[in-house]
Amino acid sequence: MIELRHVDKWYGPTFQALKDCTTSVAKGEVVVVCGPSGSGKSTLIKCVNALEPIQGGEIILDGIKVNDPKTDLPKLRARVGMVFQHFELFPHLRIIDNLCLAQEKVLGRKHDEALAKAVKLLDRVGLREQAKKYPAELSGGQQQRVAIARALAMDPVAMLFDEPTSALDPEMISEVLDVMVNLARDGMTMMVVTHEMGFASKVAHRVIFMDQGEIVEDALKADFFGKPRSDRAQKFLSKILQH
Amino acid sequence: MNYHWNWQIFFEPNPTGSGTYLDMLLSGLALTIKTALMAWIIALVFGSLIGVLRTLPSKAAGWIGFAYVEFFRNMPLLVQLFLWFFVLPELLPRAAGLWLKQLPNAPFWTASIGVGLFMSARVAVQLAAGIASLPRGQKQAATALGLTTAQTYRYVLLPMAYRIILPPLTSEFLNTVKNTAVAITIGLIELTGQARAMQEFSFQVFEAFTAATIMYLLINFVVVTGMRLLERKVAIPGYIAGK
Repeated sequence: MIELRHVDKWYGPTFQALKDCTTSVAKGEVVVVCGPSGSGKSTLIKCVNALEPIQGGEIILDGIKVNDPKTDLPKLRARVGMVFQHFELFPHLRIIDNLCLAQEKVLGRKHDEALAKAVKLLDRVGLREQAKKYPAELSGGQQQRVAIARALAMDPVAMLFDEPTSALDPEMISEVLDVMVNLARDGMTMMVVTHEMGFASKVAHRVIFMDQGEIVEDALKADFFGKPRSDRAQKFLSKILQH
Repeated sequence: MNYHWNWQIFFEPNPTGSGTYLDMLLSGLALTIKTALMAWIIALVFGSLIGVLRTLPSKAAGWIGFAYVEFFRNMPLLVQLFLWFFVLPELLPRAAGLWLKQLPNAPFWTASIGVGLFMSARVAVQLAAGIASLPRGQKQAATALGLTTAQTYRYVLLPMAYRIILPPLTSEFLNTVKNTAVAITIGLIELTGQARAMQEFSFQVFEAFTAATIMYLLINFVVVTGMRLLERKVAIPGYIAGK
């Protein structure tokens, strides 16, 4: 579903954010990307739907080459859902309109059809009663659940999560993770940048560990938590798992 | 001071045969409002286009925006009006120049366009600042949903940016009204022009300019009130800048 081959990414002429990154996410697979801050994990996931351009290698998404100038990027992006650290709901639109906007403007759905889909998804994330509210009237956890529903409204073939719980208060993290766990169990293809190792151990198939722009470890979940091969991954795990 | 006050002067007939002195001032007021509105529309349209250009990633767009703004905001308004009114027709091919000079209402159109373009540079800077003040993730979220750049601006960035810059835009609207007075130098007999004419005919300089002052204050009171109402109407529930 998602394939990255020897991806290089530079910020300016001097800083290389991604170094020769190669990995893949199969259909229905859940892959967790972790690593210390500044390791390039957010950059990596943003390259998958070309929010960030890459300078070397190639990325193939559902059979389409992302970094090909001929690719219709808006059309391709519409098929991959993305959830951001800071939710990024559109503050001037009601919750329901946040879910309808791209359905209508990008997919060309009729308003009634978009509305029905939106209501169904709000129901799924448990926020149907909030449909008429504005984003600023919701808690962080609720906003993030709306953001997930907004991405799902596009019927994506895969979902990208960029630290979806990092900006949340602790008591709100679980409500968002619950939604994500259900999504994973429904067979959604997911690439998740997160530090939530509980989530990783529950639903991930593979774990990718990054450090300084490199994929240091790309292992099955059991192997990663059982016996990480690299020193850096071991150190990272010992730091975040000791509490 | 040996000044003969005469507040009855407004109701005495003026020597041009167009009614009373008050009628004279009121016709100036009408022309001031007409010129200001036309100039404001031009300022908003061009200011918005250039403001957007200044925020696009394209270097060429940024350069055009930069050149436009620096051209129009770094020359005195008076000089700009002289350029459009006296110099431009001489620079054009003879026939075109002649046509321009013989346009009916030339002072009105020159003033509207001249003041409009001068103000558009200021609107452009503010709109660009408003767009830049939005979280970077907003644009990314819209892009990730598959919206094109034009759609992202139309449905996501601009609705918020305009809301944010409404208070400074009010000031610019007020400045537009006041700046129309400069058009007296190219023969536009607007409110200030009529006040001066009244002074010359009647020698009642204080009454004439007191009345003109009050009329300017009234216009701007309407502008301020209108913009406040607009701010309240488009405020977003729960948002910081909202109710």
